[in-house]
Amino acid sequence: MDLSLLVIQMLNGLQLGLLLFLVASGLTLVFGILDFVNLAHGALYMLGAFFCATLTFALGNFLLAVVVSIPIMAAVGWVLERVLAQPLYARNHLDHVLGTFGAILVIDTLVHLIWGPEGIQVPLPDYLEGQVPLWGDVVVPTFRLLIIGAGLGAAGLLFWLVNYTRLGMLIRAGASNRTMVSALGINIEMLFALVFALGAALAGLAGMLIAPITEASIGMGNNIIITAFVVIIVGGIGSMKGAFIAALMIGLIDTLGRSFLDDIFKLAMSTESAETSAPAVSAMLIYIIMAAVLAFRPQGLFPPKVR
Amino acid sequence: MAALLDISGLNKSFGGIKATDDLNLSVEPGELHAIIGPNGAGKTTLISQLCGLQRPDTGVIRFKGRDVTHVPPHRRARLGMTRSYQITSLIMEMSVRDNIALAVQAREGHAFRFIAAARKDPGLREQADALLARVGLQAKADMKTVALSHGEHRHMEIAIALASQADLMLLDEPMAGLGTEETNAMINLLKGIKGQHTILLIEHDMDAVFALADRISVLVYGHIIATGTPDDIRGNEAVQHAYLGEDA
Amino acid sequence: MTRKTWITLAAMVALAALPPVFYWTGNAFYLDLATRLTILAIAAVSLNLILGYGGLISFGHAAYLGLGAYAVGIPAYHWLYDGIGDWATNGFVHIGLAVAITATFALITGAICLRTRGVYFIMITMAFAQMIYYLIVSIETYGGDDGLVIDTRSEFPGLNLDDPLQLFGLAYVSLVVVMLLVKMIVNSRFGMVLQAAKGNNERTVTLGFNTYIYQLFAYVISGAIAGYAGALLGNFTTFISPEMMDWRTSGELMFMVILGGTATILGPVLGSAAFILLEEILVDSLTWVEHLLDGIWGMKIELSNYWHLPFGLLLIIIVLYVRGGLMGLINRKED
Repeated sequence: MDLSLLVIQMLNGLQLGLLLFLVASGLTLVFGILDFVNLAHGALYMLGAFFCATLTFALGNFLLAVVVSIPIMAAVGWVLERVLAQPLYARNHLDHVLGTFGAILVIDTLVHLIWGPEGIQVPLPDYLEGQVPLWGDVVVPTFRLLIIGAGLGAAGLLFWLVNYTRLGMLIRAGASNRTMVSALGINIEMLFALVFALGAALAGLAGMLIAPITEASIGMGNNIIITAFVVIIVGGIGSMKGAFIAALMIGLIDTLGRSFLDDIFKLAMSTESAETSAPAVSAMLIYIIMAAVLAFRPQGLFPPKVR
Repeated sequence: MAALLDISGLNKSFGGIKATDDLNLSVEPGELHAIIGPNGAGKTTLISQLCGLQRPDTGVIRFKGRDVTHVPPHRRARLGMTRSYQITSLIMEMSVRDNIALAVQAREGHAFRFIAAARKDPGLREQADALLARVGLQAKADMKTVALSHGEHRHMEIAIALASQADLMLLDEPMAGLGTEETNAMINLLKGIKGQHTILLIEHDMDAVFALADRISVLVYGHIIATGTPDDIRGNEAVQHAYLGEDA
Repeated sequence: MTRKTWITLAAMVALAALPPVFYWTGNAFYLDLATRLTILAIAAVSLNLILGYGGLISFGHAAYLGLGAYAVGIPAYHWLYDGIGDWATNGFVHIGLAVAITATFALITGAICLRTRGVYFIMITMAFAQMIYYLIVSIETYGGDDGLVIDTRSEFPGLNLDDPLQLFGLAYVSLVVVMLLVKMIVNSRFGMVLQAAKGNNERTVTLGFNTYIYQLFAYVISGAIAGYAGALLGNFTTFISPEMMDWRTSGELMFMVILGGTATILGPVLGSAAFILLEEILVDSLTWVEHLLDGIWGMKIELSNYWHLPFGLLLIIIVLYVRGGLMGLINRKED
């Protein structure tokens, strides 16, 4: 097996895992603290990509567009929380799911109205278009290194936020005992809106980072949301640590699986059957993993302590 | 006569808290055995372990001579153990009769029937109605459970326990939340069924306990500190200390 | 007879009588609408068995619909292009395959999903359905993303499914049978346990019922019925696409159930009708506005493409303000 290909694919898997973490962390935070199932989280990912794309053209600079888009996405998250999430808190999870499902339809159509049916290619500045040699034949596109860096940076920031700040303490407290926190006089409404906005910013950031590679398109949110669900199920719904580990796991398994499963199969079966079955199995791989994890631990790998 | 229920060396901890501490208890067939104790003594945890919703850390629970410590809850019900709930746990959206009929159905054991309408099954209906009559609720059989009062819900709990014709009835604070009149009604009801069934009664209401119990065990910090007849317990110093503090 | 029974009979008679009338008066489009509505109603009724009566919020029901459709499409494809035997277009084979495959899938995934509760259950059912979606998309032979176009229909002795009226007839009769079947199951001893588990699972367990097994049974039956509906759908559209099993289709099925009301057998049927008619009404209204704007101000906007916007808004409003669905609204006057 080609070592440099393995390294490259591992970096790709890491990148995918980090992006998944950005999306999943918001989802798990919102569920853990607000007890709210947000199907429309994928739409936030998509909106981040579109806002950033438009701003890149308007401002002429991708990185500047990202920096400006992040607070915009936080604001969008804030609005969504006030308008849609808040009336639904008192309801059961089914209503959350159906309400946010309706929201996806609305947001997808609005995007279609505003930006048209085609996707948008996001141009990168020259210094991000290049490649960085690592060693030997291994070359990595500069932008992918940026994504990995940004992903790790965001993860580190979240870790610091949750463990070392007052807001983080409220988040952890709220996750394990919502009523106590509000009884202590903390403005729960503000906390909820902040958490939602944070989640939206993270998801939006992920969308912004992937857009130059895969283009900003309307369907992108609907695909990522399911994978994000798989991540938080495997990691344990409500757990940041679980989301991080599961996201990396799934990113790596999915990427490496797609690249190398047919080679692995060829060790055990004929070339022809390997080549027909490998794509099918690799498409299902992360779900098979999910099922395997659930068979032994229905609450996920690192479920948060229940109150 | 061999004990119907024999608990030995039961232990259960939650984190740093020992909810059940080397608990030993035996219940003789036909008796009404009451468990009393101050708040936080671990009564709910004990019931949970007895009916199988929680597993003890160590210890053995023997029912009819058989080790049931690891048997799942639905199986224990089939073996002849039934439990009523302190906090009313009925199926609120269904009718009163439906709730009792379900318990009858559970005992009959033919629940994988897809064709015949259960509500029209004469056998189930008659038995459910008879049980409702015994607890005085026959007039309300068709009403939705959620419409009944708290006291009536407690009576339904007893009817469900009776429906199972269980060998051992675990009654978790049947008097919970009842006023004086309702409590007297419940005491009379229990007097009526006592003797035909073996009952392990968890209760706070001392009058009721002393009126009903053949034997009483006192549970303090997860451990049984005394077992005996009502008179024995009334005079027991350790029990008085547990309830009233060292200055009593 | 109760009001509920009257309404059910009236609705089913209307459903039987109106579409043929439309067809004979030259409005074949409405017959098609009715056929699609009826087939989706079958899937919705099956979903209601586990959702409304069982309390299991399955967000992956479209997988069964899609699997059933491909159970028709794939054999037909091989018959068309690989020249395999005529058994591949036999309707009984199609139905047998559809039911067997969906029942098996329901058994395996249900066994896993039912060990979880609440949100986990919702997400896991969604994930498994998506797994099937990606599986089908990955198989190039059967069209992948683009789907399968199958020009042929299931062959049943004495039945010509190319005739839209006969196809509607089959769908209608199937719906009636399914409704009676679900009604029977729900009111049986089995059904009592299922409903009790929805209301209070722990209590039902301590009474002596292994609720996991009951729910699994219901889950498999529900999936198999939806698989049958899928086989009908495959016959109806002759274009079989992975979109049929996408989680958004699951969401639409769920909406039909909620919209119609989960407490009755007829509810999902009304929900299916309302859902499909709503789509038509919105597209027609938007087209009308389009013409208006064009006529008065010369503005050319393709509004009708954006019907999902008012649709989504309506769905949100329904979730927020309409409890008990359409049947709830109708029955409320009875109280």
